[in-house]
Amino acid sequence: MQASIKVSRDPAVQYLLRLGDSCLIHAQRLAEWCGHAPVLEEDIALSNMALDLVGQARAVLTRAGELEGAGHDEDQLAFLRDERDYLNLTLVELPRGDFAVTVLRNFAMATLLKLLWQRLQQSTDAELAAIAGKAVKEARYHQQHAGDWLLRLGDGTEESAKRASAALELLWPYVAEMFESDAVDEHAANAGLGPRWADLRDEWMAEVMPVLNEAKLKAPAERAFRSTGKQGRHSEHMGYILAEMQHLQRAFPGGVW
Amino acid sequence: MNAVADRVEATDERLARAWAVLDTVLDPEVPVVSVRELGILRDVRLSEQGLTVVLTPTYSGCPATELIESSVVDALVAAGLGPVQVLMQRAPPWTTDWITPEGRRKLRDYGIAPPGPTDASLGVTMRFIPRVKATALACPRCERLNTERLSAFGSTACKATYRCLACGEPFEHFKPI
Repeated sequence: MQASIKVSRDPAVQYLLRLGDSCLIHAQRLAEWCGHAPVLEEDIALSNMALDLVGQARAVLTRAGELEGAGHDEDQLAFLRDERDYLNLTLVELPRGDFAVTVLRNFAMATLLKLLWQRLQQSTDAELAAIAGKAVKEARYHQQHAGDWLLRLGDGTEESAKRASAALELLWPYVAEMFESDAVDEHAANAGLGPRWADLRDEWMAEVMPVLNEAKLKAPAERAFRSTGKQGRHSEHMGYILAEMQHLQRAFPGGVW
Repeated sequence: MNAVADRVEATDERLARAWAVLDTVLDPEVPVVSVRELGILRDVRLSEQGLTVVLTPTYSGCPATELIESSVVDALVAAGLGPVQVLMQRAPPWTTDWITPEGRRKLRDYGIAPPGPTDASLGVTMRFIPRVKATALACPRCERLNTERLSAFGSTACKATYRCLACGEPFEHFKPI
C-alpha cells in the first residue's frame, strides 16, 4: 500500500491547503448527489458545481505543492495525506444530509468562497491571483443557485420550511469556524498572499442574512462551540470520506486515468 | 527576394494555415462553434521548436478542457503542421465577451440563447438577486422576452436552463461570465 506523505507546516502552504481542501471536500460531498438529487436538473447542477470546485481544488493544491517545494503534485496532496494534514473547514465534511442541508451548506460556502476569491485576485502570488480571477465568476453562480433554492425551501411548503430550519440549526454552529483567525491567516495577510478569513465575516453576514430573512429563516443564537477542521482536527466523518477518496491511490500507487 | 524575406513569408504562411486548421476544431459540447469563435483559442506562435497554441480554460472544472487540448494538437499534426505545443493560460480569465458575433449567431441557431455582455461590477459587488428579478432573456426560437429561468445550471456548467412562457419551449442559455 502507498504510504502517506507529510506536508510542510509553512504558513503559506497551510493557508492554501485550507482553501484547496475546503473546495475538495465540499466537492466530494456535492458529488455524492450525482444520481440521487430530487430532480434531474438539480442532479446536473450539483455535479456541475462539484466539478468547478474540483477544478479549483486542483489548481490551488498544485500551487500549494509548488510553494512547498517538496515535489508533491495535486494528486499526491489530494490522496496521500493523513487526516490530520487536511485543513478543510469541518462544515464541508459533515454528511450531505437531506437536500436542505446540502443547499444551505452550499449557500454558506459559495458566499465565503466568492468573498475569498474576490480578495485573492489581488494576491501577491500571481498564480493564486489568476486562479481566483476565474473561480470568482464560478462562485458567483454557485451562490446564486444555492440562494434560489434556499428561498424556495425556506419560503416553500410546511415540510420544506421545516427541513430548511432544521438544516440551519444543524449547520450554523459550524459557520463560526470560517471566521476564526490565527497565525496562518496573520501570515497570509501580512505577506499579501490573501485576506484573514475573519475579515470577511461582516460581508458574509451582509450577504447571507437578507436571504435568510427573505426565506423566513432565523439564524440560531451564537454558541461557544468551535469546530477545528482548519487546524486538522476533524469530526468523526472525515475518516470515512478519506477512505472513499483515497482507496484507489492507496491500492494502486500512482494510478492515473 | 532575400533569405530573411523568404523566412518571414514561410512563417506567415504556416501561421495562417494553423489558424485556418484551428477554425475547424469545434467545441466538443457545442459542436457547431469552433474553439476560436468561443474565445478559447487565444494565440498561435511559431518558434524554432514549432507551433505553440495558447488556449484558456473556460470553467475551472470544465471536463472538455483536456479533450479540446488534444483535438487542437491532433488537427494541427494531421495537417502536417507539427510539432505542436499547447500553453494553458489562466490569466486573463476567459469571459463570454470573447465569443465572436459569428459564434453567437451559431449558438442561437443551435437553440442556445447566447450570453449578453458581462457586467464587470457583478463579480465584485454583487448582492444576491432573487430568481424572479433576473434579467429578461429572448427565447432563441420565437425571440419573445417572456421567459423565465428554471435553474442557473444546465447540461454543462456554462449553461443555465430557461423556458419560454410564450412558445412553451425549454431552452438553454450560455451564461455571461
